[in-house]
Amino acid sequence: MSALRAITIKEIWALLRDPKSRIVLVIPPLLQLVIFTFASTLEVKNVDVGVLDRSTGTASVEIVNRLAGSPNIGTIRRLRSHDDLAEAIDRQEVIAALVIEPDFDRAFARGQATRVGVVLDGRRSNAAQIVGSYLQQIVTDAGASVRGTERAPPVAVAINWFNPNLDYIWFNLPSLIVVIVSVAGLSITAQTVARERELGTFDQLMVSPLSVRQILIGKMVPPFIVGFVNATVYLVVAQVVFGVPFTGSVLLFYLGLVTYLLALIGVGMFVSALSMTQQQAFLGSFVATVPVILLSGFASPIGNMPQWLQIITYANPARYFLEISLGQFLKAQPASVVLGELWPLVLIAVATLAAAAWLFRARME
Amino acid sequence: MSGRRRSEWRIDGQRLRAMVVKEGVQILRDPSTILIAIALPVLLLFLFGYAINLDNSRTRIGLALQDDSAAALSLASAYRHSPYFDVVVERTAAPLREQLIAGEIRGIVVIPQDFGSGAARGQRPPIQIIADGSQPNAANFTSAYARGVAQTWAAQEARAAGLRAPPPTELSLRFWYNPSLASRYFLVPGAIAIVITMIGTLLTSLVIAREWERGTMEAMMATPMRMSEFLASKIVPYFLLALASMAMCTVLATTVFGVPLRGSLFALLVLTMAYLMPALGQGLFISAATKNQFVASQVALLSGFLPTFLLSGFLFEIASMPKWIQAITYIVPARYFIPALQTVFLAGDIWSLILPAIGYLLVFGAIFFLLCFRASRRSLDK
Repeated sequence: MSALRAITIKEIWALLRDPKSRIVLVIPPLLQLVIFTFASTLEVKNVDVGVLDRSTGTASVEIVNRLAGSPNIGTIRRLRSHDDLAEAIDRQEVIAALVIEPDFDRAFARGQATRVGVVLDGRRSNAAQIVGSYLQQIVTDAGASVRGTERAPPVAVAINWFNPNLDYIWFNLPSLIVVIVSVAGLSITAQTVARERELGTFDQLMVSPLSVRQILIGKMVPPFIVGFVNATVYLVVAQVVFGVPFTGSVLLFYLGLVTYLLALIGVGMFVSALSMTQQQAFLGSFVATVPVILLSGFASPIGNMPQWLQIITYANPARYFLEISLGQFLKAQPASVVLGELWPLVLIAVATLAAAAWLFRARME
Repeated sequence: MSGRRRSEWRIDGQRLRAMVVKEGVQILRDPSTILIAIALPVLLLFLFGYAINLDNSRTRIGLALQDDSAAALSLASAYRHSPYFDVVVERTAAPLREQLIAGEIRGIVVIPQDFGSGAARGQRPPIQIIADGSQPNAANFTSAYARGVAQTWAAQEARAAGLRAPPPTELSLRFWYNPSLASRYFLVPGAIAIVITMIGTLLTSLVIAREWERGTMEAMMATPMRMSEFLASKIVPYFLLALASMAMCTVLATTVFGVPLRGSLFALLVLTMAYLMPALGQGLFISAATKNQFVASQVALLSGFLPTFLLSGFLFEIASMPKWIQAITYIVPARYFIPALQTVFLAGDIWSLILPAIGYLLVFGAIFFLLCFRASRRSLDK
């Protein structure tokens, strides 16, 4: 036991000794917190739109006025010709441009069917589609208002549970915990063994009276602590600074976190045991981090992926922890649901740790 | 002093060639460089080509059918036949609520009890759409599509009943350069930019840091090599490696992922070379400033990879970000590179967009190389 304590202290010391790497443990997670939280939003607002109005009658002016009043649209650019329009789209000065033909207002006044053309920038097709739906709403509303037609009673009313205003930060911060823990956990674990190997101190460790298991456990402690502390800081900051509600159980959240960290450390150890140099370990951990994060459901819903890829995501530990984190923050998921996410996570943790230990032994002999 | 400085800028061809060959051999010998130059591009293109799918596909929703009138059943069957939804039908909302909390369904549509009787009186109560707000983007799509199904159904009912509404203004949307609206088309060029950033910034930053950490830097200093030659010898191999990777990515993007290449190879080459200037310069600067592989790798990740991913506008709209973050994006080289790259792939050689981008990239590159030169020289003087 005292040997285990000694190696643990040594490993923590190795991580904290260098002032530069101490800074690296603190600053990046904080910067990521700020930038990720505010930058990663799939919302579309404040976009610039062009208008080529060749009709300038009551209805078309109403459309332009409503565009100007829309909170989702930033600046409106008046276009003079089709060439002007092509240029503005090509140079990405506007994401969409409305074309109102000369006979629009005449046809509208006669009560005929009317049409407004919209050119959108397909190079940003996702945002462009959303802008298209804004424009549709604006044009319909403008028409109804000019005609003075009452709007029919709504066919459907929509509400959102768990996040009534669809505040993106409420999704971002709980997901970000998963991202930060993954990035920090994998990169620190992967470095540990590789660094000793590169500096030649690994041999010294092997001739010491420590058993392989003790060495392994000692190496697991620092990334575990870093991940644990990072997640705790985020858990507090999300609620206190950003006002994200935490509706579930803290205990269940930590149960998920600990299991996830173990699964992650297993992956990191595996990479570390494979690497001969720090460079290899770092690049290896990066190559492992990318799919862990992109296949977690953070960047886009797993349900949108092709079927065969959805099956692969079942092997991704981040998938389960993301569900637990969001579930405990926003949805007050009961223990019965969390257990359903937890057991695959336990299986993955056992598998990755066993694989890492096996590879570790194999590489040592 | 000035004489010495001038000599530092000069490059001796033969010495440089020897150094480049040495670096090249080192690259080829290290499996991790191959991992980054070949395996990572394939993995990233693959993930952005398939995994990141912003185009909504079938969503699983629950339908609480509290009414069994003809109108309610007809609306329910409209949902069942919608290509956007997989529908689970229940008589009440309670079991669906559980499923929504467990994440098994993404939304609930409630057709209320008096739906049919109200419709007969001409006062049809609205149906209720409940979306899972814990995933805001998906929630938006779910309620928009669910509403669309109901509206289409209501319009059909009205037409069948012989009601004539004044024709609403139609919007004809034309998506230039990507009429099929495949998000893959703009994500794959973004993934290519990430690959180039990884090779240019991350890999390079590790290289000099390693020289310092292993103490081979002193050995270098003892040779008659000049600073400029040293830097050039570190840059040239990675420049070539990045171009090779770019070539591979372009072939993969156009063949496997079906992304069109409407611009010229010349524009693609010039643009990539321009982007490699700031990317390589940043990597060299990081390594010279940190002299520690672990720190260099973390700084490179933070200042190279993350901004390319988050602040370049390729996944998240810059206009939607807070003003102060928008201000930061102006100093992210990828912000200029990615739209230009997407343009070359999807639109063609629109030089009025590409040339200014190249200009910005070269300016950033020059700044980084200057910083780098200063950082390296100072450390040699020490």
